[in-house]
Amino acid sequence: MAEAIVPRPIESGCRIIGISHLSKTYLLGEVEVHALRGLTLDVACGEFVAIMGASGSGKSTFMNILGCLDIPTKGSYYLEDIEVGRLSRDELARIRNRRIGFVFQGFNLLSRTSAIENVELPLLYSALPGKDRHQRAMEALQKVGLGDRVHHYPNQLSGGQQQRVAIARALVNNPAIVLADEPTGNLDSRTSIEIMDIFQQLNEQGITIILVTHELDIAQFARRHITFRDGKIRADRINPNARNATEVLAEMPLGEDDEEDEA
Amino acid sequence: MKIGNILLSAFRALQRNKMRSFLTMLGIIIGVAAVIAMLAIGQGAEFSVKQQISALGTNVLIIFPGSQATGGIRFGAGSQTTLTEDDAAAIARECPAVAYVSPGSRAGGQVIAGNLNWGTIIEGTGADYLIMRQWNIEYGEYFTELDVKGASKVCILGRTVADNLFPDATPVGQTVRIRNVPFKVIGVLSKKGQNAMGMDQDDVIMAPYTTVLRRLAHFPYLRQILVSAVSPTTIPAAQNQVTELLRMRHKIAPYDTDDFTIRNQADLVETATETTKILTILLASIASVSLLVGGIGIMNIMLVSVTERTREIGIRMSVGARGRDILAQFLIEAMVLSLLGGLIGIGLGVTVSHLISSLAKWPSIITMFSIILSFGFSIVVGIFFGFYPARKAAMLNPIDALRYE
Ligand SMILES: Nc1ncnc2c1ncn2[C@@H]1O[C@H](COP(=O)(O)OP(=O)(O)OP(=O)(O)O)[C@@H](O)[C@H]1O
Ligand SMILES: [Mg+2]
Repeated sequence: MAEAIVPRPIESGCRIIGISHLSKTYLLGEVEVHALRGLTLDVACGEFVAIMGASGSGKSTFMNILGCLDIPTKGSYYLEDIEVGRLSRDELARIRNRRIGFVFQGFNLLSRTSAIENVELPLLYSALPGKDRHQRAMEALQKVGLGDRVHHYPNQLSGGQQQRVAIARALVNNPAIVLADEPTGNLDSRTSIEIMDIFQQLNEQGITIILVTHELDIAQFARRHITFRDGKIRADRINPNARNATEVLAEMPLGEDDEEDEA
Repeated sequence: MKIGNILLSAFRALQRNKMRSFLTMLGIIIGVAAVIAMLAIGQGAEFSVKQQISALGTNVLIIFPGSQATGGIRFGAGSQTTLTEDDAAAIARECPAVAYVSPGSRAGGQVIAGNLNWGTIIEGTGADYLIMRQWNIEYGEYFTELDVKGASKVCILGRTVADNLFPDATPVGQTVRIRNVPFKVIGVLSKKGQNAMGMDQDDVIMAPYTTVLRRLAHFPYLRQILVSAVSPTTIPAAQNQVTELLRMRHKIAPYDTDDFTIRNQADLVETATETTKILTILLASIASVSLLVGGIGIMNIMLVSVTERTREIGIRMSVGARGRDILAQFLIEAMVLSLLGGLIGIGLGVTVSHLISSLAKWPSIITMFSIILSFGFSIVVGIFFGFYPARKAAMLNPIDALRYE
């Protein structure tokens, strides 16, 4: 596919992510592992991107760099026109806190900490008064449909519910971008679509969403598909028939395994 | 992150592992309690020794039988045979710098009055003993030089003895039997109370030393001779005169050592406080080693905690915690541990000091200084031993912390 290698041009004026010649090399003893080999790509504000690719193709590595959790070996990364590579550890922390919401495959909630407190966590690091904190966390939990489970602990919630708490946590500071690395990897198909529904609603509100998935079923809800292979972009194209999760859910028969518990 | 929030989450984190937190604190608790108790006991000892010595009267010299070299004072009491009544008389007669002399003998025994009896110490003294000790008679009178010469069977009761043998009647004029020897009570001493060692100084009977030697102890040698100098400035002169006289009387060759020991107040106070000071420092430094060990315990647990909670650190960093937030979190956790331990330790230390002093009749003095010292020490321990683990946590890379298994 010849057209696949060319980065897709940006039609809207706003570029939220700009990446050029990005590479990441891990050193395992004497062996160099090239996880990313020179990526160049732009993401416009308000896009909904699905990243796909075989296992080991560098998707998570890429997401971690996007999320300012890791730093690239080479290349540059602009987030909202700020060159991330020039920032100090503290400034990176501030960006993670204010601009980015990260959703992990394994949820990564604090155990023995209630849902609402998990959601409040980012606000603790942004010097918000206690009262507002509680209210904001409450609103975020309501947005993901968990208004009635605020005082539950992670081990008292199903996998889907835990992932909603994680999404609420990612949302609570009104980020510009939500990054999700296989957010539905541990969930059954109906719950996965419910999560996609939440992402689509967020996207409609203007939040840029980039998610990694293995499943085409999940990727079909995104409007842009990027495929990785061996640390490079193999395909990057628009998905003209992106599906609407709310409609898909409405068509689905309501099974008894509606909210299946996760082991 | 605000300090209130950090404190709250520190308390929570410690609460989650109650047993572990307690055991970690135990090191600090024991350390602080030990420092406080040891200082209290040491300072109590110092105080009591000073008190006891100065209670003897300031101009007083004490002559013990036996040389200093043989340790005669400590071990030979009652068995040393170098001080005689004639020695005492000679000192009174021939030493111009000496004002009063009171030879001393002692016997213990059961004292009977009517159907009551009481075990106490019978202190044989000279007629001037009370003047030298600055002690008063409450009822009746002390015995005289005549009573001493004649070895009269008269006695003066200490307050405690009087209260126990004559709960209702006035003791003066009554007769008590000491080891089956009848003694006439001619006076009662004024109350002196406990000495600083917790011993009841009123639990005593005074009698002429001659009577005690002949009727009770059946031993012709003196236990000690109390001598008072004319004034504080003549103490050295009195000491020299007594030494010369006794060496001559005991026919000691010029290069031989004395067969008696003279102690004056200043010497006693000095050596005693010196010893107790060293004791205090020794006790406190041993105790502070346990504080140090407690601190290492904190460091150990904090390191374990950082390792265990690496994922938590990663999660916190992924939502925006800065290195210094993580540092503050773990440092404050360590400090809460050591501060809480310090507070409990102070409580325990005070309790233990009181317990020791009431059980062992040993005085303990808890000073503000020792509390501040040990509390400050525990804070420093918390910061010092908490810093390394906290910094280790703060330096983690977010992604490494998140990936940690
Ligand atoms: N910390 C690391 N140290 C060394 N090599 C690593 C490390 N993390 C990832 N890699 C390597 O980098 C490559 C890309 O890994 P990455 O986790 O990004 O893949 P992925 O596309 O997310 O795979 P999956 O779909 O299985 O999650 C792999 O070959 C992996 O072995
Ligand atoms: Mg991955």
